[in-house]
Amino acid sequence: MPFSKVGLARAAVIVAAFVALEILCRAGIIPRATMIPPTEMAAALWQILESGRANADIAFTLVNTLAAIGLSVFWGFWLGAALHALPRLRRVFEPLLSAYYAVPVFVFYPLFIVAFGVGRTALIVMGAMFGVVAMIVNTMTGLDRVPAVIARTASVLRLGPLRRLVLLRLPAASPHLVTGVKLAVAYAVIGIVAGEFILSTAGIGKRIAFGYQDFDNRTMYGMLLLLLLAVMIVNGALSHWEKRLHLRFGQS
Amino acid sequence: MKARAIDAALLAAGFLAGWQLLYWLVGADVVSSPLATLSRAVTLLQSQNFWHDVAGTGLAFAYACLIGVLGGLVLGLLLGLNRFVSDVADPILGSIYSIPKITLYPIILLIFGLSLAAKVAFGVIHGIFPVAIFTMNAVRNVAPVHRRTAKALRLSPFATVATVLAPAALPEILAGVRIGIAVTLLGILIAELFAASSGLGFALIRATDVHNVVDTFALTLLVFLFAVAVNALLHATERRVRKT
Repeated sequence: MPFSKVGLARAAVIVAAFVALEILCRAGIIPRATMIPPTEMAAALWQILESGRANADIAFTLVNTLAAIGLSVFWGFWLGAALHALPRLRRVFEPLLSAYYAVPVFVFYPLFIVAFGVGRTALIVMGAMFGVVAMIVNTMTGLDRVPAVIARTASVLRLGPLRRLVLLRLPAASPHLVTGVKLAVAYAVIGIVAGEFILSTAGIGKRIAFGYQDFDNRTMYGMLLLLLLAVMIVNGALSHWEKRLHLRFGQS
Repeated sequence: MKARAIDAALLAAGFLAGWQLLYWLVGADVVSSPLATLSRAVTLLQSQNFWHDVAGTGLAFAYACLIGVLGGLVLGLLLGLNRFVSDVADPILGSIYSIPKITLYPIILLIFGLSLAAKVAFGVIHGIFPVAIFTMNAVRNVAPVHRRTAKALRLSPFATVATVLAPAALPEILAGVRIGIAVTLLGILIAELFAASSGLGFALIRATDVHNVVDTFALTLLVFLFAVAVNALLHATERRVRKT
């Protein structure tokens, strides 16, 4: 799979983009004050990681993000399952859920700062608020798409409610649940990093914003590279898993 | 239709009740009451400063939508026409779409300075990718029989796109445009929250900085209502096009 024609072409496109950027920066067409060459970004990142001076910030963002992901996946799943079980309530909330991501949730961040002060709590709440609805919506879609034959199988096998859920409905809904997790992760990261950018005491986003304000391009681009790599790797892994589950259980 | 109106009223009533309860629970230092917020919102609607901020955000929003939607359509059409090219581009676009773009705002500020152009550019990088991704997939998924018809009629490449591919892919493209416009607004507001010299986001973060709770809530409410209105308008347009 990684050596397919498409994969090779994709790798070539990405490498070409980086080489072009490197040349543009080295030749001075993109001034150093605006962007440093990608190789220097990588060197700066290595230096930051080796010196350990950003460890506290990385840990801060990582812990907050994990907390926000945990909260949004947990509450998203149970709220989604509850709304799936109560169609009357679901009809009331449906317009809110479908309009949710059209509203810039970040405008609520100042409210969270007012409510919780500047710090961890406001950031985690922000990240969880941003991610939870994706999980709710995908949980409901996943449970909706469980084929009727599976429910009949469960009755034939005389499974109790718990085993029915764990053995049959969860696997059948799993492709959509993973989509929900993937989106919740992406939204939680965006929510937290954006919060750190706007107003915070620590974190990767704060470091990048600080680097920008201090004209410290090496720190800024080094941390930026770290964040982008982390997000792309996690997102790629989840997408891969999602695709496999869709192939296995999917009627998409 | 009537049932939906009742549902909406229920939702609004529940929301207001929750808000009022929260206000009683934590107090005016943290939460402003629904009534105070509404009356401040009305005052804001009559003040000149507010409309100045609206104009700042609106101008950037209009430019960014124009550039982002057009750019996304062209990009998506070009990539979607060829199966191999779109296979190569799909995950690349997907991962660019998933990165937290707020982290790229400093780069944009370094390039454009603290200006309208920076806000527009930041809005565009939010909006262009969803439009491109949806357009690309829409064009790819056009039924093969439509393509063969175009071939049989010996249409030029331009005529093929204009008279066969674009109309067939239109509903899905519109969904992309709707999401693109929504995230463009998001991008512009984030840009203003982080660093700007005018606009609604800027007014909001200024109110937070001086701990003006009522202003913060009133501005949030107005931005929220504006976003909901934009979204409803886009949904209505999409539904009308789907019908025809």
